[in-house]
Amino acid sequence: MDRIPILRMGQFLLVTIQVDLYDRLALELEADLVKMVSKTGAKGILIDISAVSIVDSFMGRIIGNIGVMSKLLDAETVVVGMQPAVAITLVELGLPLKGVYTALNVEKGMDLLKSKVQIIEDDEIDAANDNEDHLPE
Amino acid sequence: MATEITKILKKRKSVILERWMKNQLTDETLREDLISNEELRAESEELIDILTKSLNETNLTDPDSSDFDHVIEILGGISLSRAKQGFSPRETGLYVMSLKETLLQILQEEVKDPADLIAATLNLSRLIDNFSIITFETFIKGREEVILRQTDEITEISTPVIRVWDGILALPIIGTLDSARTQVVMESLLTEIVESGSSVAILDISGVPTVDSLVAQHLLKTVSATRLMGAECVISGIRPEIAQTIVHLGIDLSDIVTKASLASALSFAFATLKVEVKKVAR
Repeated sequence: MDRIPILRMGQFLLVTIQVDLYDRLALELEADLVKMVSKTGAKGILIDISAVSIVDSFMGRIIGNIGVMSKLLDAETVVVGMQPAVAITLVELGLPLKGVYTALNVEKGMDLLKSKVQIIEDDEIDAANDNEDHLPE
Repeated sequence: MATEITKILKKRKSVILERWMKNQLTDETLREDLISNEELRAESEELIDILTKSLNETNLTDPDSSDFDHVIEILGGISLSRAKQGFSPRETGLYVMSLKETLLQILQEEVKDPADLIAATLNLSRLIDNFSIITFETFIKGREEVILRQTDEITEISTPVIRVWDGILALPIIGTLDSARTQVVMESLLTEIVESGSSVAILDISGVPTVDSLVAQHLLKTVSATRLMGAECVISGIRPEIAQTIVHLGIDLSDIVTKASLASALSFAFATLKVEVKKVAR
């Protein structure tokens, strides 16, 4: 039974899909990823689909779902390395993957994730500072 | 009776050619600028030669007979070359029609009995009419071939993807965007993004004459696909009239970065890449 490995890299999770996804594999990946995010408290997910050459509407929906689900668990999702044919197919299927960020390759995807997480942390620090300011002396 | 016709035609072959040439040369629609008299004569002579050769008693009443394959081939060649030389349909049609006139004149002189004459005339005109229809069909086919070839050429040359800067691609679109062209544009842009590793693509539509809802949808698709690849897509070169049309049609382009000129799109791309262009102080 195939399983897609989920690697932990600091506060991010890394998934590289090396085989063509069939429906059950994709569903399992979705479940595994969400569990993993909640277990590790990861801040970001990077999914590399550069080896995926065929997608259908189900696959597109799963990727979109992963984005929305991890957003609920406070993690950003970046999909990297999409092939031109896959991008065209997804657009023609009417699935522009609104919930996820995209990047050209893993390197750029990592940079994007880091910058996103950085912004969020800065905001939290600011918010914490604001709270301190309002404390009565 | 029918024997008479073919015999007459064969006997007076040279007279037919002379008269036909005279008719053609005196005709107002003669295009001396497109075809020389010698060429015209050679063409006509060949046609009459083959026609009289393949004509006999049995196939006179049967225009679909395989005996005429050769004649049809020659007619096809003539009308194809005329389509390419730029003759009008009327001129090409008249070429064959004028042959009929000449043949009928000859028959009138040779056949004395009115009943025979009518029968012969009917047969002959049916045959020549069939030929002129074939000429016409091939003429149109020739024109269509010319149009198809030009369309292919336009599609090929009209979608260059330019590397403007390290990480910035530009794609000037010239001409109307239809589904087939969008596909070509999208494919070449996405492939180039992968090859060059660019993160910003500028789609310049200053050469697109009109934007209707279909064209806008094609643009949106291209932008979405670029985003899925992980690159930002900017649309530039939106003329005032096009901005008006887009709003009047109720097309929502608010998700897309749009710029008035290629220059401002480029500076947006610089800002995205955190690149700065400076004048060198001297």
